[in-house]
Amino acid sequence: MNFILIAVIVLGAIALIAAIVLFAASKKFAVYEDPRIAQVGELLPGANCGGCGFPGCSGMADALVKGADAGSLDGLMCPVGGAETMGKVADLLGMAIANSEPMVAVVRCNGTCEHRAKIAEYSGLRTCAAMHACGAGETACGFGCLGCGDCVAACQFGAISLNPETGIPEVDEEKCTSCGACVKACPRNIIELRKKGPKGRRVFVSCVNKDKGPVAMKACAVSCIGCGKCEKECNFGAITVENNLAYIDHTKCRLCRKCVTVCPKHAIVDVNFPTPAPAPKPKEPKKEEEAKA
Amino acid sequence: MGGIHPAENKLTHEVATKVAALPKQAIFPLGQHIGAPAKPVVQKGDKVKVGTMIAEAGGFVSAPIFSSVSGTVFKIDTAIDATGYRKPVIIINVEGDEWEESIDRSDKLELVAAHPELTPEEIVKRVQNAGVVGMGGACFPTFIKLTPPPTAKAECVIINAVECEPYITADYRLMMEHADEILVGLELLMIGAKVTKGYIGIETNKPAAIELLTKKCDEKFNIAGSKFNVEVVPLKQRYPQGGEKQLVDAVINRQVPAPPAIPVNVGAIVQNVGTAFAVYEAVMKNKPLFERYTTVTGKKLQNPGNFLVRMGTPMKDLIDACGGMPEGDNKLLAGGPMMGKALTSVEVPICKGTNSVTIISDDEARRKDAQPCIRCAKCVGVCPMGLEPYLLAKLSEVKNWERAESEDITSCIECGSCQYTCPAYRPLLDNIRLGKSTVMGIIRARAAAKK
Amino acid sequence: MSKLIVSLSPHAHSRDSIERNMYGVIIALMPALLASFYFFGLGAVIVTATSVAACCFFEWAICKYILKRQQNTLLDGSAIITGLLLAFNVPSNLPIWIILIGALFAIGVAKFTFGGLGNNIFNPALVGRAALLVAFPAQMTTWPKIGQWDTYLDAETGATPLSIINSAIRMGDASLLEQLPSSFDLFLGSSSGGAGAMGEICALALLLGLAFMLYNRIITWHIPVSILGTAFVFSGLLHLANPVYPDPFTVLLTGGMMLGAIFMATDYVTSPMTPKGQLIYGVAIGFLTVVIRNWGAYPEGMSFAILIMNAFTPLINNYVKPKRFGEVSK
Repeated sequence: MNFILIAVIVLGAIALIAAIVLFAASKKFAVYEDPRIAQVGELLPGANCGGCGFPGCSGMADALVKGADAGSLDGLMCPVGGAETMGKVADLLGMAIANSEPMVAVVRCNGTCEHRAKIAEYSGLRTCAAMHACGAGETACGFGCLGCGDCVAACQFGAISLNPETGIPEVDEEKCTSCGACVKACPRNIIELRKKGPKGRRVFVSCVNKDKGPVAMKACAVSCIGCGKCEKECNFGAITVENNLAYIDHTKCRLCRKCVTVCPKHAIVDVNFPTPAPAPKPKEPKKEEEAKA
Repeated sequence: MGGIHPAENKLTHEVATKVAALPKQAIFPLGQHIGAPAKPVVQKGDKVKVGTMIAEAGGFVSAPIFSSVSGTVFKIDTAIDATGYRKPVIIINVEGDEWEESIDRSDKLELVAAHPELTPEEIVKRVQNAGVVGMGGACFPTFIKLTPPPTAKAECVIINAVECEPYITADYRLMMEHADEILVGLELLMIGAKVTKGYIGIETNKPAAIELLTKKCDEKFNIAGSKFNVEVVPLKQRYPQGGEKQLVDAVINRQVPAPPAIPVNVGAIVQNVGTAFAVYEAVMKNKPLFERYTTVTGKKLQNPGNFLVRMGTPMKDLIDACGGMPEGDNKLLAGGPMMGKALTSVEVPICKGTNSVTIISDDEARRKDAQPCIRCAKCVGVCPMGLEPYLLAKLSEVKNWERAESEDITSCIECGSCQYTCPAYRPLLDNIRLGKSTVMGIIRARAAAKK
Repeated sequence: MSKLIVSLSPHAHSRDSIERNMYGVIIALMPALLASFYFFGLGAVIVTATSVAACCFFEWAICKYILKRQQNTLLDGSAIITGLLLAFNVPSNLPIWIILIGALFAIGVAKFTFGGLGNNIFNPALVGRAALLVAFPAQMTTWPKIGQWDTYLDAETGATPLSIINSAIRMGDASLLEQLPSSFDLFLGSSSGGAGAMGEICALALLLGLAFMLYNRIITWHIPVSILGTAFVFSGLLHLANPVYPDPFTVLLTGGMMLGAIFMATDYVTSPMTPKGQLIYGVAIGFLTVVIRNWGAYPEGMSFAILIMNAFTPLINNYVKPKRFGEVSK
């Protein structure tokens, strides 16, 4: 019996000492954390996508609480949770927050295998970043999609996939949370966050080629050549042509789709409209330069 | 430390240099050196002669560009250059071959002794005005190297005659054919840098050049009464010995610390043989940099050769002069197979830094599929910078930039030894290069935020 | 003209390959294999064939049916090496079913649970051996005598040099060591009545393999030299202090010392990446082996020493860095 007693005493003594040490340590080294940080963290989606600009949701929660203490939540936005989540967070922290419109990632390149001929063969690390560093890629277009799927790899929500037929990534609007990870991942800045639009209806220039008209035309069948027809057609001043490239400001666009019909290269794309774009109005045949070069 | 021994393939070692034919149209990229691109000073329709300045330096770290042909400026446009992208270029239609009168076209060897006006400042000025940049491929403006920052003091000039890249023989031919001019160039560089000690580092696979230059140096410099002392240093073959830091280590046994330190921080100014020749021509012959020695080579090329070529000549012209592009799969490189840049177009022109046009054919042109890393540690063994390529590549893959920075990814000189040696055919350097540029960006952003 | 091919530099490759290295190791193992055939005859042939075939089968089957990988890694030769090394570490009278279990452990547990070639922490063959040693201690510690050409399961067993040494140390009786064969006999493996594992019987054959691998730059000298050097020095000091411990030549030439130092510890995947790290790893293995042999329960310590240091390899990789170019030594 004696050795059992000794064992009990020894173990008990060790447990007691350990308990005292732990108690002392937890008092001495205690770190105060604002309880609101944990509460905010629970409201956030927990995807740790980094779309907000912070390393993860806990970083965002920390920033939100600090922002609330400083009196403003400006510039802090969880693109994944969207307005709903941000509203809840604002309620919790007793702040008001501006409502923001739902956004979606848009791939601005339509240079499919059929539209854009391959002039070289790439034989290296198959990421867009590596191919971009190597040169223009396999086609003559130095601006368009490289098709290696860096955006697909960056998406935490499985919302982007490469279409094997076109070789161009496609965004699943239902899954896209507009966190912007793909935007950062694309070495050519092809992907842009745009307003989702009513019923998902959007109009955008599906090209980012800044080459002069003839060069762009030679590289790809559906490239923007910077002819400026769309700019003239637009009644709302939403379209600007700069560096041989048209851009539609999604905050100004009213979805009239006139630009879609006038674009000679079919570089302006409309999505989710029930009917095809209206035929162009018969216009005085005006001599317009096709290309700016 | 480290290094590899790639197959030499110096097919054109004993092929004497030929003068390349004038092109019909010459293309001059505005950014063919490190630093700000040059700014055009001609307009469409202007008449230019050989040696006319067509673009001026676009900043302090920059260099002017001179026409290598006479004719009419066709347009200022964009064209694919060695970066693989369309960049601003000046295109000149060639008409005849009329040179600027100020250029001394005679073959007479000019000696420094006959020109008392050549002060260090004058030499640096002439080198700067002639648009001379490093001819080994990096294209760093030479005059900046000759005027080191006040914190560093130059002690010697090292001529880089290593040519450790496989295939390339342009520097070797230049040494064999213009040894005297190179030595005058070296003398000018030493005067310009205000030093009296010079070294010429040559690998032992070029015994003829070692013998020739040793003899000439002994006659010219290493005699009683000479201000200068020049040593020809035979070096054991090893790639990447032609890298500045590696060469300084091999020749004077001093290691340049991690960036931002440069060779002059340990007292050395490294210049390529081609640069020494260009300096000679610029200072003594008043001839700006518009011609260079270039090797056109490839195992399947019919007549590989060395050429004295006017810059702006499309590569296609040179390849045709060598028997045309071989049939089948080819990879066209500006530079050698270790550090050269693969091009998508044969219309890319020869630039200041194009020491070689190399065509790699068939199986060698394509990479093999990567297999899993077997941790054989061969990449660690060959890294000339003492890095761990397997680790850096992995860190880049998983985007762990902080760790990559602390593992000194920015010290990588992108020599490719690791990828060359990897038995699993892993794209080590592809990954490291991407990681390095990202980490450099982070460091720059941090520095900018501090200011 | 066909399309030009582009990629980032470098555009040249040494044409070295995983296959070249793996088959190089296999060739380096051939002298030892032939020696084991010569000394153990039929048993060695059956054990080796079973082990190699089983390892290859498990590699193929796991790749294809469990992991469903596109690229089957059977042909890279690593499974053959595991099979050979596993066979080298067991007695030549081991029943086939035990070998199959060992192979399954080596390939299935030690290699593929970690992700296959390149990802395993422990040397697969040694894990297989350790598992068998724990599971079947009787079969794994009786060693057949050499020179029995036509026997397999019924081979006569005998005492290995290591068990003689072990009992000498236990009893503190240095005179027992006189039963040991001479160093020269151990070197050739030719001592009459000697016994042991298949691959460790002939040091000469193993050293031939080492020379081949060093010549072809398959491995570097760091690991084998540091292991053997440390074991030699440490056991030499012990021998000088107390002659009950065997002399250093005997230590190097008995048991799995050579096999372990040349083929097992140098396994690419489980050894450190930097030369400095490899030296630390080798010194630790040499030291641990001698410690386990002299003061541990088992007469042989090589395999456990290697497994222990395998566990430390990630740590060594993390803390032992090569000297960076231009770095000022502190």
